[in-house]
Amino acid sequence: MTISPSSIEQVIPGQGAMAQPSAAPGRAKRRRFRFVANAKAATGLVILAFYCLFAVIGPWVAPYSPDARSGDVLQPPSTTHWFGTTHLGQDIFSQILVGARSVMVVGLIAGVLATILSILIGVTAGYIGGAADEGLSALSNVFLVIPALPLIIIVTSIVERASDTLVALIIGFTSWAWGARVLRAQTLSLRRRDYVEAARATGERTWRIILFEILPNLTAIIASGFVGTVIFAVMSEITLAFIGISSISSWNWGTILFWAQGQQALAQGAWWWFVPAGLAIALLGTALALINFGIDEFVSPRLRSAGKNRIPTADGRTVRMRVGFTPVLAPSRPVPAPREEVAP
Amino acid sequence: MRFLLQRVAFYLFTAWAAITLNFFIPRMVPGDPVQSLISRNQGRISADAIESLRVLFGLDKNQNVWEQYVDYWNQLLHGDLGLSFTFFPAPVSTVIGDSLPWTVGLVGITTIISFFLGTALGVGAGWRRGSWVDGLLPATTFLSSIPYFWLGLVAIALFAGPGSFFPSSGGYEPGLVPAFDQYFIPSAIQHSILPAATILVSSMSGWILSMRNMMVTVSSEDYITVAHAKGLSERRVALSYAARNALLPNVSGFALSLGFIVGGTLLVEIVFSYPGLGYQLFQAVGAKDYPLMQGIFLIITISVLVANLLADVAYLLLDPRTRKS
Repeated sequence: MTISPSSIEQVIPGQGAMAQPSAAPGRAKRRRFRFVANAKAATGLVILAFYCLFAVIGPWVAPYSPDARSGDVLQPPSTTHWFGTTHLGQDIFSQILVGARSVMVVGLIAGVLATILSILIGVTAGYIGGAADEGLSALSNVFLVIPALPLIIIVTSIVERASDTLVALIIGFTSWAWGARVLRAQTLSLRRRDYVEAARATGERTWRIILFEILPNLTAIIASGFVGTVIFAVMSEITLAFIGISSISSWNWGTILFWAQGQQALAQGAWWWFVPAGLAIALLGTALALINFGIDEFVSPRLRSAGKNRIPTADGRTVRMRVGFTPVLAPSRPVPAPREEVAP
Repeated sequence: MRFLLQRVAFYLFTAWAAITLNFFIPRMVPGDPVQSLISRNQGRISADAIESLRVLFGLDKNQNVWEQYVDYWNQLLHGDLGLSFTFFPAPVSTVIGDSLPWTVGLVGITTIISFFLGTALGVGAGWRRGSWVDGLLPATTFLSSIPYFWLGLVAIALFAGPGSFFPSSGGYEPGLVPAFDQYFIPSAIQHSILPAATILVSSMSGWILSMRNMMVTVSSEDYITVAHAKGLSERRVALSYAARNALLPNVSGFALSLGFIVGGTLLVEIVFSYPGLGYQLFQAVGAKDYPLMQGIFLIITISVLVANLLADVAYLLLDPRTRKS
């Protein structure tokens, strides 16, 4: 059982208070990176870093061109074609590598766009209140209730040969509502805090209060909203490509699945055609979800899965530790004898 | 009561917004949408279909946008969603009417099962925080990150195929006539097991996770401590005190995530060629059948709104505080 230094400082008020000023810069730095120390978040970030790396270098390190046909038609995975080949002899490993860029770019653009929109709408609604709040809340609730995927499918299918950027914009414009709702609720509660009132009383301008007093306290929520939107955007993009709505000339993992489905890969037993793409999607989704758990647990420590909370007591029973409980671990011992050094 | 009226007003407003959106989406296409459609399909569209398109876009009469909008509403209120041109001359409402029961059956039943099962598991996981159940969380995360349609593809590859009990596509044995009889019902159930299982596996983990987190939050409340102090049994505290209160946000979450679930199930239908709205939408998109696409979007939205309203009523029954005011 380890006790963090910061809690010791709180336990011993005199010493802690004295030690605090000199230790402050170092501690602040550590606290900032404590998020990374969370095992879930760290795992997610490492996996995500790999995806980002392949999004950048994928097209250069791919052993073949994703479109290049060859004589090896529908080959299972081998040393020359790691993930096998398609009905035209295209190398699936190369297609996955090249497709990573499109997936990551769409996720990023849509995520950034939706996050900006949700901050603009959510924070404004929460901070300004009144009729503007009513209107903006209604707007975000409407977008929240309308099923997003059918809407995205219809809008994209009406636009001819939607490019990656356009798909990202459509997804971004339709998926900001959840973030806006959460941000509005949090802004509402922050707005009446003392330090905001103080800033207002000293005559700070509204935009400055929002930018420097409110927004820094929303960082975690904004980050988790961003990650959530990226997950949704990636899934939507792949779905669109899989149904064959968005442009099929550029490669992403949905395009691979589109061809696999269209060429009856299942019926031919060509599992290697659709398994790698699916696993790539699932792993990316898992990584992003893990980062989100890390953020959640960072914000509300209760959610952490407690490591060991069954503790054996001295009399052989086990007690389950629970928040708000202080189980008695030791049986009542006989009162210790009076100190001996008193005696001469 | 006031709460319910407010919600109904909001859903009516949302329905209006969705219908208006539906009206404007095809009109946002630059240029003459019908002309571009004809040139794209070069002669593969029949003259009737072109006519139906012109009516849809209001190009048959020289109207301004407002008159078109009023006309559109007028048609809608008469249940007229236009003519589908993949199934020309069938009206869109008939096409949708044929496929709606399939989707409602599949999505409705699986969503309810997944909600209850996931919530129950979440109660267990949240209450026994720190036990082996926590180890399952990464696994459920992974499962929920898998796209619905891919899981469907894998399910077909693994379980369906020639000679297998599970059919890989369709909603019932070809040759049977849809009716409530001893031939059709078992066949329909047999065809729906695999799609339903797919939806269940991918959608359940979300409920497990949100319920677990709510349980963890609730179990540190004072009233839980009091309940323990009163000497109530563990089971009673977990179910009647913690779970009952943790359930409320999950119910409102249920309403909000319905849209996502419906989106996901549309894809499962596409993979399994299940004769529901999703598969119909897929075909409509492939054929650029705008009237059908719009009709399906409208029906899906309105169904989601109705389901939301039902969830609100459930919330009202579960939470006495909303009834008091």
